Amino acid sequence: MPKSRKAPSPQLATGSVALLIGTRKGAFILRSDRSHRTWKLSAPMFLGHTVHHLMLDPRDRRTMLMATRTGHLGPTVFRSTDFGKTWKEAKTPPAFPKAPEGQNGRVVDHVFWLTPGHPSELGLWYAGTSPQGLFRSNDGGITWQPFSYINDDPQYREWMGTVQDGTPDGPKLHSILIDPRDPAHLYFAMSGGGVHESVDGGRTWTSIVRGLEVVEGFDAATVTFHDPHCVRLCPTDPDRLFQQNHCGIYRMDRSEGRWLRIGKNMPKKVGDIGFAMVLHPRDSDTAWVFPMDGSTVWPRVSPGGKPAAYVTRDGGKTWTRQDKGFPRANAWWTVKRQAMTADAHEPVGLYLGTTSGEVWASRTGGTSWTCLARHLPEIYSVEAAEL
Amino acid sequence: MTVYIPSALRSYTKQKSEVAAEGQTLAEVLSALDHRYPGLRFRIITEQGTIRQHIRIFVKEEQVRDLSVALQPEDQIHIICALSGG
Repeated sequence: MPKSRKAPSPQLATGSVALLIGTRKGAFILRSDRSHRTWKLSAPMFLGHTVHHLMLDPRDRRTMLMATRTGHLGPTVFRSTDFGKTWKEAKTPPAFPKAPEGQNGRVVDHVFWLTPGHPSELGLWYAGTSPQGLFRSNDGGITWQPFSYINDDPQYREWMGTVQDGTPDGPKLHSILIDPRDPAHLYFAMSGGGVHESVDGGRTWTSIVRGLEVVEGFDAATVTFHDPHCVRLCPTDPDRLFQQNHCGIYRMDRSEGRWLRIGKNMPKKVGDIGFAMVLHPRDSDTAWVFPMDGSTVWPRVSPGGKPAAYVTRDGGKTWTRQDKGFPRANAWWTVKRQAMTADAHEPVGLYLGTTSGEVWASRTGGTSWTCLARHLPEIYSVEAAEL
Repeated sequence: MTVYIPSALRSYTKQKSEVAAEGQTLAEVLSALDHRYPGLRFRIITEQGTIRQHIRIFVKEEQVRDLSVALQPEDQIHIICALSGG
């Protein structure tokens, strides 16, 4: 890992916020006023298209990329340079190389994850796909190429497993993270296939799974069995990572070199299974999760039908339930890994989209929640864009 | 020959439901279509050159799976979104 250097100073936002919402049946933008009390929902964009991720480029606050496919048509990326008013399709969407005659090559089923590059690398974007593939664009998302060697590396292919080994919606490469101090210091995660780090711009990668648990009966030393759901890097302390995993909630301080299961400090009846992981933009001890029922057959709903976020303000030593405003019972939804996020305001605004098509927000760091929109399609992703 | 375009692809063909294309094989016809309507081919043909899971292509009302199938100038090609796509 890079030598410890000072992270960029946190940016405190004061303006209005736009929530970029990707759903199973199209994309939406929910815009606030400056006080974040009034919100206006856009008409659907790409109605009927499956939108896994919609992301604004924070470097120009105007360019947006959308990862999409339809039930019938193959995967692609659309690009807008006017904040979603008009869209053009990528000339070369992410795709695996054509296999030599007689060999079976892989096929991108969908583009799952989009990450804008480092602030110093204008126009550079990364994408993660299902099945697991890592791609990069150097021209703002117009053309995409396989990035690094991992897509075709025998060891990585073994760790990725087959399409049947992945999550119900297909195995995914996600959580592409960039150290704000160094554009060559990268991370990505795979469900399944572990967490990986490069300190040389993707020329070489190292697995970082020490301390992570795997499903009972499997060998934690085998990277294949690791299933990180969402990994986040602290903006103000990039040597600290948090992770919501298939097998618990973890924190890693890079100086310690191993993951610590901080989810063991969650209430036993709630457990520490979920998808989302959200970090405070300015406080590296504060993080939020949204637990779900991962017992028996993995219902993937809020435990007991009672949704709640949990916050830690001490790096995972203790957790506090935050359910004020949420239904008190019979709410059988949950939040997917890209569907919970924070803004950069003070106090921090939190936002989440549910599998039942509702958007919830908290203007107070999770202490109370309000429903901003309902009756949307199943929500896959929510990103907060500062306007 | 005439290629019939399903509604899901008409954003590429300026909403035309049928377009004319030329080629000795289905692969050539699809390449010609992609040249005229950039991006269309990849939505229905994978990077490995196979027809996508929820797409069907019929030539003279016969389903074809091999893009190397030879075509005649009078052939009609139907690109269909299979019911399985949801």
